[in-house]
Amino acid sequence: MSSTFDTVANIIAETCDIPPDTIKPESHAIEDLGIDSLDFLDIAFAIDKAFGIKLPLEQWTQEVNDGKATTEQYFVLQNLSNRIDNLVAAKGA
Amino acid sequence: MRLEYFQLIDRISDLDLRNKTVRVEAQIPQESTIFEGHFPGHPLMPGVLLIETMAQTSGWLIIGNVKFERMPFLAAVKEAKFRTFVTPGTKLDVTAQIIHDGSGYAITKAAIKVDGKAICDAELTLRVMPFPDASFRTQMEETGRRIGFPMEALADG
Repeated sequence: MSSTFDTVANIIAETCDIPPDTIKPESHAIEDLGIDSLDFLDIAFAIDKAFGIKLPLEQWTQEVNDGKATTEQYFVLQNLSNRIDNLVAAKGA
Repeated sequence: MRLEYFQLIDRISDLDLRNKTVRVEAQIPQESTIFEGHFPGHPLMPGVLLIETMAQTSGWLIIGNVKFERMPFLAAVKEAKFRTFVTPGTKLDVTAQIIHDGSGYAITKAAIKVDGKAICDAELTLRVMPFPDASFRTQMEETGRRIGFPMEALADG
């Protein structure tokens, strides 16, 4: 069974045509991989479908804009994968 | 259809917020300067305007889904297929369904038929954002009333 990170990395590779070997847990989706907000909508759609969740993008964006969080907390892929795991766990609770 | 104002929807004939579907009517005018150029002597409804018609149809569905609290803006068009030519004077039967209701965006599948025959279809992504200002929302509500947006449907879904 593949890890959450592996699934996310595959989604990013396929959606944005990024070589899989450049996608690391420590990669920042925006700053390192150059993914823009429109491409991230495609990624969010694929993640939502794959995990049966709804990534709270609006809430995350608001928290970053308000200075309550950094983009690293959401867009470094290991952090994103952890948040997906938490959302999946919350859904099953 | 008021091509000169880019208002392509004439009437919302069905809005089902429980199933997240909409059906609208759109009558292509017989005369427009667009048809003088596209194409001289062979007038055809441009494919981009058919996409816009599907986008506006999806937009009214999303506005209903968010109860006029937010405004959808077209962000991406995928798998658009134009299956036959559409000429001036044609009445379009346009449908859309939300296939994913994301956070700050929605994905729809939209299609146009004429007399039951498939004309075109596409998957559309729309960003769903706060209205830029109150007057924008008021304007959309006025347009909604003009095309028969069923305000009572906002109680559903």
